[in-house]
Amino acid sequence: MTDDDPGPALRTAALEELLVERGLVDPAVVDGFVRTYERDVGPLNGATVVARAWSDPQFREWLLRDGTAAIASLGFTGPQGEHMVVLEQTEQVHHVVVCTLCSCYPWPVLGLPPSWYKDPAYRARVVREPRTVLAEMGLDVPPERRIEVWDSSAEVRYLVLPRRPAGTDGLTAEQLAGLVGRDAMVGVAEAVEPS
Amino acid sequence: MDDPVDPSDLGGASGWGRVTAPADVEPEPPFGERWQGRAFALTALTMGRISGRNLDAFRHALSRLDRTRYLDDGYYGRWLHAAELMLVDSGVLARGAVEARARRGRGEDVPEPADPPVAKPDYAPTAPGSLRTVDAGPRFAPGDPVRARREPPDVAPPAPSAGPVGRGPCKLPRYLRGTPGAVTAVRPAHVLPDTHAVFAGEHPEHVYTVAFAAPDVWGPGADPHVTVHADLFESYLEPR
Repeated sequence: MTDDDPGPALRTAALEELLVERGLVDPAVVDGFVRTYERDVGPLNGATVVARAWSDPQFREWLLRDGTAAIASLGFTGPQGEHMVVLEQTEQVHHVVVCTLCSCYPWPVLGLPPSWYKDPAYRARVVREPRTVLAEMGLDVPPERRIEVWDSSAEVRYLVLPRRPAGTDGLTAEQLAGLVGRDAMVGVAEAVEPS
Repeated sequence: MDDPVDPSDLGGASGWGRVTAPADVEPEPPFGERWQGRAFALTALTMGRISGRNLDAFRHALSRLDRTRYLDDGYYGRWLHAAELMLVDSGVLARGAVEARARRGRGEDVPEPADPPVAKPDYAPTAPGSLRTVDAGPRFAPGDPVRARREPPDVAPPAPSAGPVGRGPCKLPRYLRGTPGAVTAVRPAHVLPDTHAVFAGEHPEHVYTVAFAAPDVWGPGADPHVTVHADLFESYLEPR
């Protein structure tokens, strides 16, 4: 772009104005969309799913067998979550998720994707050299542990079930959820040990 | 399909530097700047109700952006440009209308183009979302050896209403084309983006998760302890 380009903020305002003038957009509807994704939909939903799976073996089994239904039972449904598959981290296998085509991401459980997930470097490289990319992101996967990279190239959406950290036996579901960050549910980090 | 200047098909592309470590961007709100939230919402409304198009047409619009438009303003920047492209395709806005208004917004005295005739596609989804059922059983089963096609076949000719956009997107990543793999799961059927994006029908197909050994994808030097899985439509696969 040249210096002449009005830039995305002005372009967005222009687009909204034009659509409002034509009666095609109600600014209040736009406000509502923004608010929903700022306040209601986010990785806490996914963390709630993980905490439940850690503390309820029957739910965990259901989640791994039919992710869509198990997640929906907790009330998390919506666009980009029509068909959910849950991948369980183990000592033998490490899962990591990407969309090399357009940053597809499971919105109902994780909200909108973070910067690094949309970064062309992540999208281009994690399918080719996942161990290196994960190390750059601060996660060293032992060489003997297999890495399974999941490219969400159709409409299946993935949620990673991290391993439950040691020393968490007496914790409530809410406390457990607090150990599960968004990055662990995409597979570029582990769940946090309680301090 | 036309090769290739699809800026969105990034898997395996070289020339990108280090990834952004999550710690460098935490804590991250959904929208870093106000315009990003507005662009997100306006695009979501545009891809369906306002332009009369659909999610696949939106992704197709992303892949038709030039590299600069795709990359320069980040994720929501490319959404914004794709929304504009869909609105121009549907005759809701004239080409250049957004640019002109944006320039006026910073005080330039530029003329705005006249509204074009509306040309929304003659299209309505048969059901919400993209999950569908198909009568025929799946062609492949878990364990089947398959190969990702080099060039998926045309399932249907583009509809006249496709206008200038030609054939739709193909969600078979370039880095997997021609690669042998094995089916690991049969997923539900989904509408086929190749035709759905250009209003040539939903043509739902079974989707398969296919596992590819890293050395089969990248060559013998690749880490043998890595598997790449991708979700591929039935017409993207052939038996081997």
